[in-house]
Amino acid sequence: MKVKSPLEVYKYLPQTNCGECGYDTCMSFAAQIIDRNVKPTDCPPLVENAKKDKKFEKKLNELITLTSPEIAEVIIGSGESAVKIGGEDVLHRHELTFFNPPAFFFDVHDNMDEALIDERCSRVVEYRKFYVGDFITLEGIAVRCVSNDPEKFRKVAKKVAEYGKPMILISLNPDCMRAALEEVADQKPLMYAATEQNWRKFLELALEFKVPVTIRSRDLDILKSIAKTFKENGVSEIVLDPVTEPVGKGLRETFERVVQIRRTGILGEDKDISYPIMITPISAWLIDGDDITRGYWETVIASTFITKYADIMIFRNLEQYTVMPSVVLRYNIYTDPRTPVQVEPGLREINNPSPDDPVFITTNFALTYYTVESDLSSSNIKCWLLVLDTEGLGVEVSVAGGQFTAAKVKDLIQETGIEQKVNHKFLVIPGLAARLQGAIEDETGWTVLVGPMDSGRIKGWLEQQWPPESGE
Amino acid sequence: MAKKFTLDEFFETLKKYNVEEIEGVRIEGDLEIEIEPGSGIDANLIGAIAMLSNYMQLIQEFGNFIYHTNMALTYLQRLSQALGIQMPAGMQMPSAQPAPAVQEVTPVEVPKFKIPEKLISAKFEPYKVEYPGTIEEVTLGATRADGGTREVTITIGGEKSLAFYNFDAQNPNIPVIAIDVFDRKPMLAKAVREHYEDVLEDPAEWAKKAVKDFGADLVTLHLISTDPLLEDTPASEAVKVVEDVLQAVKVPLIIGGSGNKEKDPEVLEKAAEVAEGERIMLASATLDMDWERIGNAAKKYGHVVLSWTQMDINNQKTLNRYLLKRVGIDRNSIVMDPTTAALGYGLDYAFTNMERIRISGLRGDTDLNFPMSSGTTNAWGAREAWMKDSPIEGDTPWGPRELRGPIWEIVTGMTLALAGVDMFMMMHPGALAVMKEWMKMLSGVIEESIENVDDWITMEV
Repeated sequence: MKVKSPLEVYKYLPQTNCGECGYDTCMSFAAQIIDRNVKPTDCPPLVENAKKDKKFEKKLNELITLTSPEIAEVIIGSGESAVKIGGEDVLHRHELTFFNPPAFFFDVHDNMDEALIDERCSRVVEYRKFYVGDFITLEGIAVRCVSNDPEKFRKVAKKVAEYGKPMILISLNPDCMRAALEEVADQKPLMYAATEQNWRKFLELALEFKVPVTIRSRDLDILKSIAKTFKENGVSEIVLDPVTEPVGKGLRETFERVVQIRRTGILGEDKDISYPIMITPISAWLIDGDDITRGYWETVIASTFITKYADIMIFRNLEQYTVMPSVVLRYNIYTDPRTPVQVEPGLREINNPSPDDPVFITTNFALTYYTVESDLSSSNIKCWLLVLDTEGLGVEVSVAGGQFTAAKVKDLIQETGIEQKVNHKFLVIPGLAARLQGAIEDETGWTVLVGPMDSGRIKGWLEQQWPPESGE
Repeated sequence: MAKKFTLDEFFETLKKYNVEEIEGVRIEGDLEIEIEPGSGIDANLIGAIAMLSNYMQLIQEFGNFIYHTNMALTYLQRLSQALGIQMPAGMQMPSAQPAPAVQEVTPVEVPKFKIPEKLISAKFEPYKVEYPGTIEEVTLGATRADGGTREVTITIGGEKSLAFYNFDAQNPNIPVIAIDVFDRKPMLAKAVREHYEDVLEDPAEWAKKAVKDFGADLVTLHLISTDPLLEDTPASEAVKVVEDVLQAVKVPLIIGGSGNKEKDPEVLEKAAEVAEGERIMLASATLDMDWERIGNAAKKYGHVVLSWTQMDINNQKTLNRYLLKRVGIDRNSIVMDPTTAALGYGLDYAFTNMERIRISGLRGDTDLNFPMSSGTTNAWGAREAWMKDSPIEGDTPWGPRELRGPIWEIVTGMTLALAGVDMFMMMHPGALAVMKEWMKMLSGVIEESIENVDDWITMEV
């Protein structure tokens, strides 16, 4: 984004504070634009005026240009499962945030048994990894043309399309690509790939079928030349593949190419290469070694470029030792550092508790909450879990910083009506909040028990401490 | 009827010929081998020939590469064998199937779009970045010439650009890896423990194994038995192990305490004393313990001090400044540990904190331009690394944990390497091997590459 301050955006807004956008003032709307939570077209008067008046239209377009992301956004697929890639504005996540996590595609090919294709597609569709309160899923399927037979490729592309996931069609042969596009172009697959050899045919396909296209070259002059040529001939949905070399000098040079492309796009403002970047961890399958070695190396390549600027990736290995670290790393790197990750405060019932069961309390920092929650659930502990609003901070920090206080615990006990749900008044606090024991007892009238430092040890702790000695 | 023979025999037969001849075999699109029905030749043979020619080519091209990979990744292969996964031979190499001849397409229609004949020629001009600052270089260990008994010393830091951005400015040192050794049996994940089962009771043997068998650059000896909640070993007694380990290995040492705020200063002071002249690293000084005493011990006996803060860049500045200004530690004797959180358990915070620290250092903040260390072993705290399977209903099964654990440590380490970490404290030998291989590649030490990088597009795996 070219502008950095809300004031620069404000100049372009109606400045009437009409509130139609949902924000009280034009200035706060401007701030939301800077944070990329809204777009200029979310201001109804701005859009209305632009329709009526050429002068306003020009102004709106200027604002759109000024506030659009440095790296172009490309959408692959159609409907609900469509995935947006690119759209990045910074080189380091602390400078703002990264926006669109790299989309993960897993391969099948047209000489594969039909049963195996089905199995692999199903695994992609059904993949779930629970993390911070939700399930992480995988984005799409990459279909490789191995047969070099247009009809075979057409058939397999059609079959894979039935799974409803975004697709990448992989063939350097324009005839094969055409055959597949004739079946599935309406699902907006990404073409892979236009090269120095075949670019004319692929440009034609991109124009004819209106689908995004990957450009592949190790030579960045050629990569840029093809991208520029495509753009000037009306194709703007472009993905750049600077070629992933899996090992040695090749890997080092791949790293350099990727960093240079992204940095020159964002800091050098070179619009001709400001497109999403493709990385192919599947290239690890070119190295010698067994499947596990290659699967591991696939993860090594993926991790390198999840951290450094990949926007879309093609994998082969569907085993968890490759997939799980990759999806979790992606989640971590693309978490917005501006807002602590938090969950709703309140009362959670774990494993259908009865009035005799213990009451625990934890914070609403997502990582803390889900760790505690899953420890309790997975150990089959029946209990009541109070979740305190600590503004998304963990136990230790919020106790020290005053977000975890006895007064707030008292309010939470009242708001949740926990007193009516259990027939005792024992509250178990985290070991790391031990120093609040007395204060909470004074404030609430409950008896406070200090639990273990780590929620993983709650099960053992309960065996010793629950039910507590009564009649004190 | 022709004699039936296996693929292996076929390979044997072909070995009698030299490689040039095999490479010279051209497999045409319409490859036909006269095979009479029932001749007994496996129909897969045709495919095998195609694969073979490719295989031989591959062997030639990556000969050197295979050598390296095998060294570093032997562990993984042993692992997969143990799990009963077959080692595929050449059969699983990417195969170049004979491509059916593509028919020339003669356009019957006038093209609907105007396609230019030539590319618009454009030149890619990379954006240049230069930083004014340099990260301090810190050397650990001292040889006889410098009053110690180490056979090697280790130097870290010295960067003028971001990690592995050697195209901006060549960074002089590749990050190093230390293996953790404990003076009493610690709690370890099974996948880690099984590599140290025979040495868990003997820190000196443990250190030897770490260096000789697993290739550790340094050894971190944690004196956890000094913890008042464990054996409460007196400092003077605990540091005898330091002498044992100094005898056992000739690499530089890092000495850690138990983490007990009251006792660590005393323990580290004693360790500094017995290791005088060896230029060990004391791990660590923190804001909430007597950093002055630890800093003074490092200064007095010529050691390096690890400045450890809890994921807070401002606290890191503060502690570094205390050590520099109040204690008077030399600039070449501070390493920072800004705290490592595991993949999935706060790695994003650790990564960003370290990345910010490194960028500040390069931009000229002289309170922060020190090398960084990471307790990467923390990765084993993540349940994905050690738990048998997911406790969450609806999760895709997690698969064998023997494979998840090492990769969890690898990915945690790699991510922080990209943030600028110079020294890793790790435990799993397979994880260490993969990390080293990768860092050597990105630093330009391992050059051997693969030429046919397009082959994955059409490989039949």
